[in-house]
Amino acid sequence: MTSMDTLKNNSPEKPKRDDISSPGFFSRFTWSDVVMLVILVTLIIAILFPFWWVLRTALTSPNMVYDTTSLVPVEPTLFNFERVLGLVDSADLVGMENSNVSVATLNFWVFLRNSFIFSLTITMGQTLFSTMAAYAFARFKFPFRDTIFFIYLMGLMVPAIVLFIPNFVLIRQMGLIGTFAGLIAPFFLMTPFAVFFMRQFFLSLNRDLEEAATLDGASKFGIFWRVALPLVQGPIFTLAILTFIQSWNEYLWPLLVGRDEEIRVLTVALAIFRQQTPQGAPDWAGLMAGTTVAIIPTILIFIFFGRKVVDSIQFSGFK
Amino acid sequence: MAQQRATYTPPKSGLLSRFANAEAVIAYLFILPSMIGFVLFYAYPALRAVTISFLEWNLLSDPEFVGFQNYQDIFSDERFWRSLQATGAYVLWNIPLQTALAIGMAIMLDRFSVTVSTLLRGLVILPWLMPNVIVALLWLWMLDPSIGIANVLLGAVGVPQQDFLGNPNQAIAWIAVINIWRHAGYNAILIFAGLKTIPNSLYEAASIDGANGWTQFRKITLPLLRPVMVFVLVTTVIGSFQVFDTIAVTTNGGPAGATRVIIFYIIDEIFNRRISMGTATAASVVLFCILISVTIIQMRFLQADQSDLADYS
Repeated sequence: MTSMDTLKNNSPEKPKRDDISSPGFFSRFTWSDVVMLVILVTLIIAILFPFWWVLRTALTSPNMVYDTTSLVPVEPTLFNFERVLGLVDSADLVGMENSNVSVATLNFWVFLRNSFIFSLTITMGQTLFSTMAAYAFARFKFPFRDTIFFIYLMGLMVPAIVLFIPNFVLIRQMGLIGTFAGLIAPFFLMTPFAVFFMRQFFLSLNRDLEEAATLDGASKFGIFWRVALPLVQGPIFTLAILTFIQSWNEYLWPLLVGRDEEIRVLTVALAIFRQQTPQGAPDWAGLMAGTTVAIIPTILIFIFFGRKVVDSIQFSGFK
Repeated sequence: MAQQRATYTPPKSGLLSRFANAEAVIAYLFILPSMIGFVLFYAYPALRAVTISFLEWNLLSDPEFVGFQNYQDIFSDERFWRSLQATGAYVLWNIPLQTALAIGMAIMLDRFSVTVSTLLRGLVILPWLMPNVIVALLWLWMLDPSIGIANVLLGAVGVPQQDFLGNPNQAIAWIAVINIWRHAGYNAILIFAGLKTIPNSLYEAASIDGANGWTQFRKITLPLLRPVMVFVLVTTVIGSFQVFDTIAVTTNGGPAGATRVIIFYIIDEIFNRRISMGTATAASVVLFCILISVTIIQMRFLQADQSDLADYS
């Protein structure tokens, strides 16, 4: 018996029941537990508070946005959301005698739609073509297989900006600046990461089923499509989520190629909105309402697939 | 099945027959789309970046070969050196703070029960899922000098009002803080996965030998985390050198050029200052060379190829 236990058993005031009001409940916590709890709470607040502050501001009346004494929305209103979603006639905004309200025309529905077109198209193309390539690298024997794969991996090391300038020139020479085709092209067919990611999963897959299918006379493509693909559904889905998030978050490339309003994505639209509002007194309420709208898809992904994303990150550290 | 394999005859070894065998043909069909993507948007632009860097070209007139003139131009451009300085300052703020915070968070994730740890790992990833632009806007609002919540909170504990991103001496550090908020959780999860690979028996043995927590951390945890730390450090350093989105939204290079980092310089060369594809591309090639050098130095310094776990088994 350790000295700790002896001490506890001998103490006369040891309570019989461990209800919360008795000192016994607390004596079971050590100082390190308390420190951990404090750190835990601090961490949760540090992560969640900024999100709450965005929502609070978005729901606050534009006239009261300077009032930072309240942790909840001041004069709560949906007016800001109506504005950024184009539900308010911009002529009415001009009439308002309020310097805090931006009269810049905003049509977030269009930018939201553009972001979805951009992200979904890239996700579908990149996931499909990278998975096909990954399967070939993992399963087929063909000349220069390892050389080609190695060259793909080298592509991972080149900084985006080095590629973006010549790609910008190429897209411009093809006359695709300001089109969805130009926006999507560099990401549509592959990324070295996607090929690498899927190849790892195919390599770890047992070949028995595929070999059995070969004996049954199935074609190579049939085996890939009907035997191998269903076995890597999980990783494919994870890759699709990661690709979608990355495309949704992309800023520099759409900034170079897609400033035009018809194809402007949300990230570029928000940055432009921010630049257009007066420097001294930005339209914070409107800006935060736009931010909230742009966050929603990410939050939905987080709620439904957060676990998958965490798992994929843990995997990616062990290349 | 064994019989099937035994009757298999290898194809003739001529180059033509190697390509002509059915498996190779199908394999090339499988990788064809990705190869088109790679050649068009990775290999070709990477090579083209080098050639463009030797041209004087504004996209409108015909390009003209000028040799190393663009490199000479940027090396004698004071703005280029200042952009490198700003980038360096950002990396020096970002990497130590972020790495230390990530290690701390990872150890904490490892201490909590499985349920709490799983929930927390989900939570710490939330900022990383957000676009840089959104994170930048959110912090720009909180750090607004006149009506931001940060100054309200600082005022409540008696700290004088700050200019944050408006202060030339602090701006780059605050940019680092913003990006650390977004990225530390991601690295914490990588490091957490690394912690899970360290056998518990090592810590038990160390406890029996009387090693305290700090000694265990220094002698067991850190050395055995090395493979993961190499990955984390190499990727975050490469990412830090390319910081742009956050700055574009918050300070736009200001105040007084304090946050005008290298990518900003490159974009400026194309769109704002002059339409000069040559100097912009030359600067991007220089950045690439810096990144390769820094990575090689890191690999050497961290002895990336050695595994310490083998020493213990």
